[in-house]
Amino acid sequence: MNINATLLGQTIMFVMFVWFCMKYIWPPITNAMGERAKKIADGLAAGERGKNELELATKRSVEILHDAKHKAAEIIAQAESRAGQIIDEAKTGAKQESERILTGAKAEIDQEVYRAREALRDQVAALAVAGAEKILRAEVNAAKHAELLKTIQAEL
Amino acid sequence: MSSEALTSSEYIKHHLEHLTWGHLPDGGWGIAHSAEQAKQMGFWSFTVDTVLMSFLLGVVFLFIFKKAAAAATAGVPSGLVNFAEWSVEFVEDSVKGSFSGKNTMIAPLALTVFFWIYLMNWMDLIPVDYVPYLAKAMGVPFFKVVPTTDPNATFGMSIGVFILVLYYSVKIKGLGGFIGELTLQPFGKFGLPANLFLEGVNLISKPISLALRLFGNMYAGEMIFILIALLPFWIQWSLSLPWAIFHILIVTLQAFIFMTLTIVYLDMAHQEHH
Repeated sequence: MNINATLLGQTIMFVMFVWFCMKYIWPPITNAMGERAKKIADGLAAGERGKNELELATKRSVEILHDAKHKAAEIIAQAESRAGQIIDEAKTGAKQESERILTGAKAEIDQEVYRAREALRDQVAALAVAGAEKILRAEVNAAKHAELLKTIQAEL
Repeated sequence: MSSEALTSSEYIKHHLEHLTWGHLPDGGWGIAHSAEQAKQMGFWSFTVDTVLMSFLLGVVFLFIFKKAAAAATAGVPSGLVNFAEWSVEFVEDSVKGSFSGKNTMIAPLALTVFFWIYLMNWMDLIPVDYVPYLAKAMGVPFFKVVPTTDPNATFGMSIGVFILVLYYSVKIKGLGGFIGELTLQPFGKFGLPANLFLEGVNLISKPISLALRLFGNMYAGEMIFILIALLPFWIQWSLSLPWAIFHILIVTLQAFIFMTLTIVYLDMAHQEHH
């Protein structure tokens, strides 16, 4: 139990141990702990971010769905109106066509009537001439009375 | 247990004697074979058992923690790394609790102090006869296995702490500031001698109390183990077991107190006013 030079040796040993601990033990351990804490914090932040993103994505998907529904409705409405338009167009087209056909038919009928009337007129004139011929027989010369006959014909 | 050849007092003296290496009266260097011889060696001698055991235990601490430090990653920690990190955190919390300055040396210092003293104190729980008799069988006259029962070891550490206290006092406050702190309070500049005396005692008492507290506790603890060992062998357990269990508390507590006081003294050295 004497105080001796061991004292100095122990102090030197103490300083060496502290130095070694400070240099080679403390920094790696605290660094690893700090890094792990950072990693965990990052992980938690990433999780939080992921959650937020999921929320945003859900919101966006709802919006997109809503938009799509809206657009679909619009397209259907457009299609319906277009269909109506097409039907209207077809109707008017058909009406015009039918009118055209009708007018064509009418014109043809008129023509036919005219032609029949002309034919009839000729025939009536001839009949009249034939009747007059029969009545007048010799006295009537067709060439002589041609002019007369023509006026009758025109009157008819 | 005392043998027939030894009286109780011889037995106790033997168990309390350090293995001392120094200058022998006949001129050469060697091991002292009696307490008187060891005393005659004077200051320039070494207690070999203290140096050996404290060095060994210090290396054990550094080896274990170096291994943990090498294995420490940001990934999932293994058992040893976990233990090292828990220790580091425990010391860091203690430092944060009592150290207000900013110094990266304090925490590693506290960790080393705690584990080194802890391991040295643990040697006290080795049955008191084992190591001395083993040494005797190998031809070594004395061997005290607990370095902290040697005042050389405890004073060695407390002087190390004291040097740091002085260094940081001067570094933080400046030489003038430190001298001012020693001389200008608590009574102002007209009470200078009284101030110097009070503050001087205050300063010097730090390493002395630090060393003697640890030494006293461990020495007394060992003494009681030795006294218990004087009883008949079949009854020893009834006292040594409770004392050993109680001693586990003392071992830890003394290491913790030494560490905490080291931190507190260094904190005082870092404070401008106290």
